[in-house]
Amino acid sequence: MKRKISFLLNGSPVAMEVDPSRRAVDVLREDLGLTGTKEGCGSGECGACSILVDDVVKLSCIMTAAQLEGRKIVTIEGVGQDGELHPVQRSFVERGAIQCGFCTPGMVIAAVGFLKENPDPTREEIRAGMSGNICRCTGYEKIIDAVEDAAAKIRGGGSGG
Amino acid sequence: MVDVRVPSSLDEVFRLLREEPSARLFAGGTDVMVRSFPDTLRRGPFLCLERVEELRGVNESATEVRIGAATRLSELIASPLVADRFPLLREAARHIGAPAVRNMGTLGGNVCTASPAGDTLPPLYILDADVELRSLTGQRRMPISAFITGPGLTQLEEGEVLCAVVIGKAQGFNFHHFEKVGQRKAMAISIASLAFAARTGGDGTVVKARCAFGSVAPTVFTSRVLDDTFSGKTLDRDVLERAAAIIREGVDPISDIRASMEYRRQVAANLIMRLEGAGKDR
Repeated sequence: MKRKISFLLNGSPVAMEVDPSRRAVDVLREDLGLTGTKEGCGSGECGACSILVDDVVKLSCIMTAAQLEGRKIVTIEGVGQDGELHPVQRSFVERGAIQCGFCTPGMVIAAVGFLKENPDPTREEIRAGMSGNICRCTGYEKIIDAVEDAAAKIRGGGSGG
Repeated sequence: MVDVRVPSSLDEVFRLLREEPSARLFAGGTDVMVRSFPDTLRRGPFLCLERVEELRGVNESATEVRIGAATRLSELIASPLVADRFPLLREAARHIGAPAVRNMGTLGGNVCTASPAGDTLPPLYILDADVELRSLTGQRRMPISAFITGPGLTQLEEGEVLCAVVIGKAQGFNFHHFEKVGQRKAMAISIASLAFAARTGGDGTVVKARCAFGSVAPTVFTSRVLDDTFSGKTLDRDVLERAAAIIREGVDPISDIRASMEYRRQVAANLIMRLEGAGKDR
């Protein structure tokens, strides 16, 4: 018994037959081939599987396929537009906020969602905003530097930094 | 294969429940999905309440505030009504998980999971919150302290839906305090938590106080004797030490992977000492 679901994925409409109890992370990675979204803990604790659901950060490893229906989903593959990196991605590159890279897609998604809510955060607010995402390389300082830098870029109209 | 339905109205919820009375209800999935996978295939079907319009949002009447059960914790925190009327509840909700978890998890979910460590529960006990339950056959309302009967146990019956948490507006507290002890700040399950609210005079004399502890008993720990200890007193060291003795005596914690029974007992009592000198000129 598969169920048909339709949703907007990185700006394009998707319609598919899917087991409604399948995890959203598996639909994205295995059925749709978008392997940028990572699975770390598989229990909603590490943030590696973060995606934007109607512009809000959620965890795709504890979300069912059925819950994707009708939603606007953005994964790391859809954060940048027209072949350009998103300012958050640029800041991560420029500030060396990437070590092994496994947490990076989730970190970028979390930062994009956080900066939509709080475009001019203090470092302390960035720490709280990113607190659900774990970097096992412990590269937190540079990640916070990057989010701070990205905030300035976005406030400055996308070209600063 | 297990079905998951995502209805958008209560009518639809009850229609689906009539077809599948044993369906497991969830909203954000931050508890149910963690416990269920990979066993989901054997434990469905599931009914996801996150889009049920009647269960969402914060509304007020002349005397009460009604928080829909499927209101997400981030929405609860952002609600001006909650910030204005129940800052203690807002503060506790801010300590749950991390942003993405609060964007998914709901107030009703925290109540129905009925974990001894549920961070919204101590404030809801202090605020004398009621829960509103509906089923195909009717509606009932009861205090949260009656609804939660043990760790993970509630009075929710098959076919019944927690629709809202209802809190009276007239609380009369001018001082509140919430502190949670966990292994780290984010994504930590409480080892012990204290919610405290009081009405105090300008000199800090307590007119009335309410205390509730999380994670140190099968359900939230409250004590009339403890609350009465503060009446007519300022929050000085003598009073707090008397309170701490009552807390050490009254709590009934367990040892688990997060902390030992002895540690929980001690830290619960220590949490009250944080209030020394508080409650003045507010």
